[in-house]
Amino acid sequence: MTAQAFFFYFAAALAVVSALGMVLNFRNTVAAAMSLVVTMIGLAIVYVVLEAHLVAALQIMVYAGAIVVVFLFVVMLLNLRSDTFHPARQRLLKAAGALLALGLTAAFLSLMPTALPTVQELPEGFGGYRAVGLALFTRFLLAFEVSSLLLLAAMVGAVVLAKRRID
Amino acid sequence: MVPLEHVIGLSGLLFVIGTIGALTRRNLIVILMSIELMLNAANLAFVGFARAWGQHDGHIFVLMVIVVAACEVAVGLGIVVALFRNRESVNVEDVSLLKW
Repeated sequence: MTAQAFFFYFAAALAVVSALGMVLNFRNTVAAAMSLVVTMIGLAIVYVVLEAHLVAALQIMVYAGAIVVVFLFVVMLLNLRSDTFHPARQRLLKAAGALLALGLTAAFLSLMPTALPTVQELPEGFGGYRAVGLALFTRFLLAFEVSSLLLLAAMVGAVVLAKRRID
Repeated sequence: MVPLEHVIGLSGLLFVIGTIGALTRRNLIVILMSIELMLNAANLAFVGFARAWGQHDGHIFVLMVIVVAACEVAVGLGIVVALFRNRESVNVEDVSLLKW
C-alpha cells in the first residue's frame, strides 16, 4: 500500500466516523460541531491526496477556521450546549429517511461502474495556487466577481436578520 | 492515485450521512451542519473528477461552493438567532407553520 493510499483510507475513515459522530450526537451540540471540524480536516487530507492543494488549504481555513467557529459561536450564544431535544418520534419519517438513504446508495452503486472517466495524466503544478488562480482570474472571472456580490448580499442579510429591531 | 470509485464512494457515503442528519434531526443548528456535510460531499466529488480529468474546473467549482456555503451559514444562523429571540427554541417542530 502506497503512502497516498494509506492517507486516503485513513482520512476517509476519519471523515466518515466523525460525520456519523456529528449526526448521531444527540447530547451535546458543541461536540457535534467539533466532530464536523474533524470531518473537514479529514476531507482536507483527502484533497491533498487528490492533488488539490489550494482547495485543501481553503477547506481548513474557511470550514474548520470560519464556518464551524460561527456555528460554535451561535451554539454558545444561545446556550444550547446540551441538546435536550429527542430525535423525531414519527416512524414514518424515520422509515422515509432510511428508505431514501438506501435508494440513493442503490442508485449510486448501480450507476457508478459505467459512468466514471479514466484517470488522465496530470499537467505540471496541478492544483497549486498558480494554476487554480490563473483559471479563476481568466476563464472564471465573471463567477469570481459575482461571488463577491453574493458575499455582500449575505453579509447585509445576516446583519439585518440578526438585528433586534429594524428601524 | 487511489481508484476514482473509492473517492466517489466516500463522497456518496458522506452525502447519505448528511441526508440522514438533515431528515431525522430536529435541532435547526444540527440540520444546518448536516447540509454543510452534504455540500462537502459534493465538493469531494468535484475534486475527485478534477483529478481524473486533469483539469481545474472542478477546483473552481469547489471554491464557488465554499462561498455559497459561507453565505448560507451566515444567513441561516442569522435566521436561527432571530428565531430563538422570538420563540425561545431552535426545534424545527416549533416552527412548522409553513409545513404543508
